[in-house]
Amino acid sequence: MNAVVSYLKSLTLIELVKGMGLTGRYLFARKITVQYPEEKTPQSPRFRGLHALRRYPNGEERCIACKLCEAVCPALAITIESEPRADGTRRTTRYDIDLSKCIFCGFCEESCPVDSIVETRHFEYHGEQRSDLIMTKEKLLANGDRFEAQIAADRAAEARYR
Amino acid sequence: MHPSAATELLHHTLGFLPSPVFAVTLILLKIGLIVLPLMGAVAYLTLVERKIIGYMQVRLGPNRVTFFGIKILGGFGQPIADALKLLTKEIIVPTGASTFLFLVAPIVALVPALAAWAVVPFGGELVLSNINAGLLYVLALTSLGVYGIIIAGWASNSKYAFLGAMRSAAQIVSYEIAMGFALVGVLIASHSLNLGQIVEAQRGNVFTWFWLPLFPLFLIYFISGVAETNRAPFDVSEGESEIVAGFHVEYAGMGFALFFLAEYANMILISALTSVMFFGGWMSPLPASLAITPVIGTLLGDGIHWFVFKIFFFLFCFLWFRATFPRYRYDQIMRLGWKVFLPITIVWLVVVATLVILRVPPWFNAT
Repeated sequence: MNAVVSYLKSLTLIELVKGMGLTGRYLFARKITVQYPEEKTPQSPRFRGLHALRRYPNGEERCIACKLCEAVCPALAITIESEPRADGTRRTTRYDIDLSKCIFCGFCEESCPVDSIVETRHFEYHGEQRSDLIMTKEKLLANGDRFEAQIAADRAAEARYR
Repeated sequence: MHPSAATELLHHTLGFLPSPVFAVTLILLKIGLIVLPLMGAVAYLTLVERKIIGYMQVRLGPNRVTFFGIKILGGFGQPIADALKLLTKEIIVPTGASTFLFLVAPIVALVPALAAWAVVPFGGELVLSNINAGLLYVLALTSLGVYGIIIAGWASNSKYAFLGAMRSAAQIVSYEIAMGFALVGVLIASHSLNLGQIVEAQRGNVFTWFWLPLFPLFLIYFISGVAETNRAPFDVSEGESEIVAGFHVEYAGMGFALFFLAEYANMILISALTSVMFFGGWMSPLPASLAITPVIGTLLGDGIHWFVFKIFFFLFCFLWFRATFPRYRYDQIMRLGWKVFLPITIVWLVVVATLVILRVPPWFNAT
């Protein structure tokens, strides 16, 4: 009996017609395409985009060259060299992130004891040569100055989960 | 304009030419009138395909390339941009390929798809060549298209291309039989091989068109047509997930574009033949009495616009299938062709033949 039913089913193409009914309905469904440059999807405050080094409100850089980020980085994308500064504090003389190695895991951000290295929401950047994708200390600090308002707001929003 | 009136006008303007030259000019003009809109239709069918499949997958499809930045025309420039890109690309001939065959194969694939239009009747008198063996001519030419694919696969000297060509050859040979038998049913019911007379034999209303009296044959013809054109779900000769792109793996630029053109021209051809043989060609589905209404009467009556509309409907079905069905496994394709379609067509042929001999009305048309 079952064999007969399944034979009739396949002969009348009923399941194929059902499938076409489904795609036929979706032809008229509302389209979910986000037309990127004009429209954008919402971002989380935890979005991990381009890196930045932050400063304290008085303009002093936060980074104390503890090298935790360098140690935790799974892609070995961070290179740090440090020296005591004239006022006796330990500071980085070199802080490079190779974005062509970086996997944007956010470990550097999590490991940082002073909230210095952060990942911003900015992701629309490009490099025309590989060297453009090596973020030096100057570039990272400049990023921090540029996005500080957004970074601070995101840290505040996330404060109670950290 | 009425076709004979157009011929009259040409006689006036080009009448100074010697008559053989004039006859050839006339035929060339008619061929141009068929082929040029066809090429345009092929180009825009690619856009329609991407749009419709996109819509069925809840996305928008191409909508960026416009003309003169007019927003409402978004996507309309896409086929032009694609064609320009393919035209300017390098034609690469693989080292081990047989150069002559490799270059000839895309042409062999495209020419039959265009040549078959010679006998397709667009209206009562609108046909390039009103020959009595039209159906045989169509069958012969639609079978020739596969040689392009086989030659391409063979001449490429690539295992993927070769596998694709072999698959395609076996598949098309299998479905050719079911297709031919389905057309024998049309032949029995219409008593003619002439495509124009086949359409005339369906005169009446929507229910005397052959799709209803010959329903199983119609389904089998159309599905075989999908298989014949190597379209999803029968696109094993391309099989991008298994054999990269099948027979046209080694083609780039214009060679690839010609295969593309051939595939889409074949789709349009199969749709046109299905509407000629099963859906009354240029006939209007509305009662003939409506054709005398003023102003819109010509739209409601028989005419080429109904033919175009029917072609478009079947093309939509082609795209609908592609958006819905996953690819058949190869042995399933063979099973369907030999063990399902062939027996059904043969049984239904016997039924139709019996009904025609007994002169049962919808099958046997006295006129």
